[in-house]
Amino acid sequence: MTAWKSILAATALALASSTAAFAARTDVVVGVVLEPPHLDPTAGAAAAIDEVVYANVFEGLTSIGPAGEVEPALAASWEISDDGKVYTFKLHEGVKFHDGSDLTAEDVKFSLDRARAEDSTNAQKGLFAQIDSVEAVDPTTVKVTLKQPQGSFLYNLGWGDAVIVAPESAEGNKEKPIGTGPFKFDNWAKGSSITIVKNPDYWGEAVALDKAEFRIIPDAAAAVPALLSGDVHAFPNMPAGDALPQIQSDSRFEVVIGATEGETVLATNNKKAPFDNLKVRQAIAHALDRDAIMAAGSSGLGTPIGSHFSPANEAYVDLTGTYPLDLDKAKALLKEAGYPDGFKATLKLPPPAYARDGGQVIASQLREIGIELEIIPVEWAQWLEQAFKGKDYDLTIVSHTEPNDIGIYARKDYYFNYDNPDFDKVIAELDVASDQAKRNELFKQAQEILAKDAVNGFLFQLPKVGVWDAKLEGMWENAPIQATDLTGVKWAD
Amino acid sequence: MIAFLAKRLSVGLVTLIVASVVVFAVLEVLPGDPAQLMLGMNATDEAVATLREQMGLDQPLLVRYASWIGGLLTGDFGRSFTYSSPVLDLIAERAVVSLPLALIALAMSTAIAIPVGLFAAARRGKAADTVTMGAAQIGVAVPNFWFALILIYVFAVWLRLVPSGGFPGWEAGVWPGIKALLMPAVALALPQAAILSRVTRSALLEVLGEDYIRTARAKGMPRRHVLWRHALRNAMIPVLTILGLQFAFLLAGTIIIENVFYLPGLGRLVFQAITQRDLIVVEGVVMLLVASVILVNIVVDICYALVDPRLRSNA
Repeated sequence: MTAWKSILAATALALASSTAAFAARTDVVVGVVLEPPHLDPTAGAAAAIDEVVYANVFEGLTSIGPAGEVEPALAASWEISDDGKVYTFKLHEGVKFHDGSDLTAEDVKFSLDRARAEDSTNAQKGLFAQIDSVEAVDPTTVKVTLKQPQGSFLYNLGWGDAVIVAPESAEGNKEKPIGTGPFKFDNWAKGSSITIVKNPDYWGEAVALDKAEFRIIPDAAAAVPALLSGDVHAFPNMPAGDALPQIQSDSRFEVVIGATEGETVLATNNKKAPFDNLKVRQAIAHALDRDAIMAAGSSGLGTPIGSHFSPANEAYVDLTGTYPLDLDKAKALLKEAGYPDGFKATLKLPPPAYARDGGQVIASQLREIGIELEIIPVEWAQWLEQAFKGKDYDLTIVSHTEPNDIGIYARKDYYFNYDNPDFDKVIAELDVASDQAKRNELFKQAQEILAKDAVNGFLFQLPKVGVWDAKLEGMWENAPIQATDLTGVKWAD
Repeated sequence: MIAFLAKRLSVGLVTLIVASVVVFAVLEVLPGDPAQLMLGMNATDEAVATLREQMGLDQPLLVRYASWIGGLLTGDFGRSFTYSSPVLDLIAERAVVSLPLALIALAMSTAIAIPVGLFAAARRGKAADTVTMGAAQIGVAVPNFWFALILIYVFAVWLRLVPSGGFPGWEAGVWPGIKALLMPAVALALPQAAILSRVTRSALLEVLGEDYIRTARAKGMPRRHVLWRHALRNAMIPVLTILGLQFAFLLAGTIIIENVFYLPGLGRLVFQAITQRDLIVVEGVVMLLVASVILVNIVVDICYALVDPRLRSNA
């Protein structure tokens, strides 16, 4: 009897200590599809860079929160002059870079000046175009003077491309990133994984995780077994495909379908005949069945959109009813435009599934009204050179993943070839407006103009398919910015 | 033998030079600007131009070819556009995965195929022959990525004996490294073994029909002895040819298996480099693969000569 008791006691002890060990888990393996080309967010457009380092390793003066709101980061507070042109930032005290050096106002001046310099290779150089001068007033005060008021300035500073770096380590950030964030870069096994570890000297609230590993899993077929076998704990954006229902029904995992900033559009060459004719573009809009396109292109997930704006934004207007699905109307419009028998055109499709699979469905939908599309699959490199730079395309499908990017329609020489002075005026007003209510009103006007002009075929907002261990807390539901912010992530007890 | 080697090596060198021109020219006509690709859709034109200059892409074509070849001759493969680290380092990091994987797979495939081929040839027309060759036929037909997925689901998801993929690095120890390569090697080896065993069998059967085999049998030599000493040695030429081709394939053609097991090998490096238009990396890896294929072919030629003394003199 006593023997039994001692065995029981030993077992109980073993069980207790093993659960204790489990509760204390402080590492996480995060699966990502694309490997970043390097780790410097100020020198490349690849979302994969920000998905590893943004908010974790690097911080900016401001940051973008889970709902897309601007939050203070390295800047504890700021004051804006009455004319909206001078921003005075007060930095947090005692902030250190990962190499031990102090963050000072000089580092902020260096970072902003470097990003907007003549020889800058910042992928979002346009964000800094309104900066006239940056001045380090004292070690913790920075004064930024703008050429004209800019309503989105604080938001722009929250981008990954605007993070603060130190002059002595900036050149090495591609290989060994040195930031101020709660995690430090640890190791990059090329082609395999990137590891970051807790920064014990972090100025703000310490993170719960000691270690996070981003494992690069490029193949959708490999992602599912990696999750099922427990090798990977979380996929912020999982290429699950047909396996999603199986994962959803498994209580070990949590599946959270969130929103991204990716407006997926049937981009249209507005200066090329016959697409320069409004009636033709309206006809196309009337012929698109968004639900069927989403079913093929994104497993039925996502939110239909009627203009180039994220439904998650407070200024969003639902314009999906502007040109409802109506084939008779579409045919009538084509006839009015002078194409009673339709016409032939090309559809260039870059590699993602939303384009390649969604494109097949769009081609069959437009065939219904007599538009014969020749599908041309292209790689990203080809797409950028031919469609984007060369404007050598009729139609193409792309998800525009930059946040709050409705302003691209006002850009001269942008690949949509859209030109509407009324729209440009709204965007020009928006650029200088800083009052939120006024900004929202202008955003609404801008959305409506694009919807009415049927500039592009507005399809749907790309979903974020988040899948993670059910015991993991704090992963972001939505992706208001391209990032995998792990600062609030921890294992449940 | 020396003249034979000299001839083979000089042919190899000419092949390398021709390959370098072809590789450079093909990548040059490929549409896509590496600088634009790195900076994306929102980049300003001046930022793209600055990056092109930093990458040296503003130089004329011939200048770039000359400096690339000049670098290769001095062992400098250049610097990756995207990773901004030396190409040779990138290749070395990946080769320590790809080379052991190819060798393990080749060893597995040979160890399976030669005995199976012998077994089937010795029992020609009997049930055992039909069954093994039927199995080999299935092995040839099964796509290796599908077979790999079955392996993953059985051994990683269900039995949890091995990781579902990935590579921990040799610094984690020899056994964890080999453990990570085991399933990919099996997935690569079995279809190869199926092909090789069929080749071994048919080569053996051809030899077994020769007069000298009948003579050997007639003078009372044991069956087993005839098979191993006389038949197998003479059947080795086609087997070696296939082995050489398979090794070249295993070095360069494992991209699909590397993707399924997310291994950081050479195949994935090239694939990534092509999509990112990291031309200098593509050029470097392709040249290295061309060189290794040429080398393997020379080794195979030498093996021919070792196996069949007649080939030594006509070289």
